[in-house]
Amino acid sequence: MPLLEITNLTVSFDTAAGPFMAVQGIDLSVEPREVLAIVGESGSGKSVAMLAVMGLLPNTATVRADRMAFDGIDLLKLGPSERRKIVGKDISMIFQEPVASLNPCFTVGFQIEEVLRFHMGMDRAQRRARAIELMTLVGIADPEERLGSFPHQMSGGQCQRVMIAIAIACNPKLLIADEPTTALDVTIQKQILDLLVGLQAKYGMGLIMITHNMGVVAETADRVIVQYKGRKMEEADVLSLFESPKSNYTRALLSALPENAVGDRLPTVSDMLFEPAPSVVAARSAGGTAS
Amino acid sequence: MSVTVVEGKNIMRDYHVGGGLFRPSRTVHAVKGVSFSVDKGKTLAIVGESGCGKSTLARIITLIDPATSGELFIDGKKLDIAKDGLSKEMRRKVQIVFQNPYGSLNPRQKIGDVLGEPLLINTDSSAGERRDLAMKMLKKVGLGPEHYNRYPHMFSGGQRQRIAIARALMLNPSLLVLDEPVSALDLSVQAQVLNLLADLQDEFQLTYVFISHDLSVVRYIADDVMVMYFGEAVEYGSRDEVFADPKHSYTRTLFAATPRADVASIKARLAKKRAA
Repeated sequence: MPLLEITNLTVSFDTAAGPFMAVQGIDLSVEPREVLAIVGESGSGKSVAMLAVMGLLPNTATVRADRMAFDGIDLLKLGPSERRKIVGKDISMIFQEPVASLNPCFTVGFQIEEVLRFHMGMDRAQRRARAIELMTLVGIADPEERLGSFPHQMSGGQCQRVMIAIAIACNPKLLIADEPTTALDVTIQKQILDLLVGLQAKYGMGLIMITHNMGVVAETADRVIVQYKGRKMEEADVLSLFESPKSNYTRALLSALPENAVGDRLPTVSDMLFEPAPSVVAARSAGGTAS
Repeated sequence: MSVTVVEGKNIMRDYHVGGGLFRPSRTVHAVKGVSFSVDKGKTLAIVGESGCGKSTLARIITLIDPATSGELFIDGKKLDIAKDGLSKEMRRKVQIVFQNPYGSLNPRQKIGDVLGEPLLINTDSSAGERRDLAMKMLKKVGLGPEHYNRYPHMFSGGQRQRIAIARALMLNPSLLVLDEPVSALDLSVQAQVLNLLADLQDEFQLTYVFISHDLSVVRYIADDVMVMYFGEAVEYGSRDEVFADPKHSYTRTLFAATPRADVASIKARLAKKRAA
């Protein structure tokens, strides 16, 4: 049974110019212990789809799906309080900007322990022990010391490690990483990706990696979904996607990689792209942006 | 004959971090003696991780901050802005494009005014001339005259970066410093902006100092590469030299860390995963 199963997911936002369709009929499923990458440029709806799963979209969003089930539980029928019991515990998410997603007013120790208190009901001593264990697990030196640090006292890479620690604190079954390394340097990016994939293998989590970096996809994913303007362009396992991409868009994305440059010019996506459906274009230019 | 546009000799920059009531002040050596030179129409790429001093060096080259010691020559003229200040003419010669196009454009300024501002400050041109020049520049960077009266929030990230590039080019600079100009952009938009930069370089014989931490971009755009690590230039040479035979261990670490998107490395990774 798939861990997460979504069929025909549609998310629309109410804007002044009428509804804007950010996600249009996406199907996806994640098996336990699988790394799924969702690739697309900004505005392709890749984050919105995952935020819909998490229930983190604002009130202006309308989420519709034929089926949206996590581990056999129908997420569409769930009330807010029941959903909160799952989100953060069994499904957790890491965001792009580590420094911005931590609360600057509290120590990182407090923020890790907060999850443990809410979901696991641990007492103070247990929480502290588990927080230290988690900090060690994500590779932060001097964990006892660092529990008392505030986010601004840590580097971007360390903040991202703390975010990962919070996300895996309750041994989630599914981890969603939304561009976890975009704000980081290449050397740090490598460390964070190794850490994520290592943890995924160690605890047998499902991992959804949202990214626009083809290099990250190549280094981490088992299976890949390519998304463009709210629609799924292609779904394939990682090797066949790179070896023989089926859709024009994927081919365009791959050829826009600087290392694939032939001669002086980089082929751009618009050079080789088919015309998207007119309704999409109209909605895009009329509505706001959403990523 | 090649003309050297910018040359730095043993440039150093220290920052004094002020002590508090109970803390002594200390000195951070951000750039520790870096030398380089770039010829006209060429691109020097500076690579390194955050905190290695590459942006500090960019600010020195752009004449925003003075160097603590060392000599900087632009178009063969020695400059020391700490002592002599900065003339309008020098300001025209060097321009910079920043990393984040969302932060570097004034949200209350129309694009026409953004582009006209450098002319307004540094030249005596009339409003009509400024308008004409701005229109021409918009076309050069792939935007249209209809964008003249729009505000920055009406543009996407890639378009904003085009505007920032246009603004930098308004005064016909000889040297353009690009501080991670594409790292905030999507892959497909990144390719467009890199193409634009290459076209503009050919057209105006521009000299670029290109700062990046993305080696695949550097490999595409650079003629020479300098790798910085903790304020020192640990590797400096032509692109092919550095990429073919990295000498310093940090450069090799950097190469190893760059994700590879070719079929062979995916196969290797999957094989390793199955074995584990």
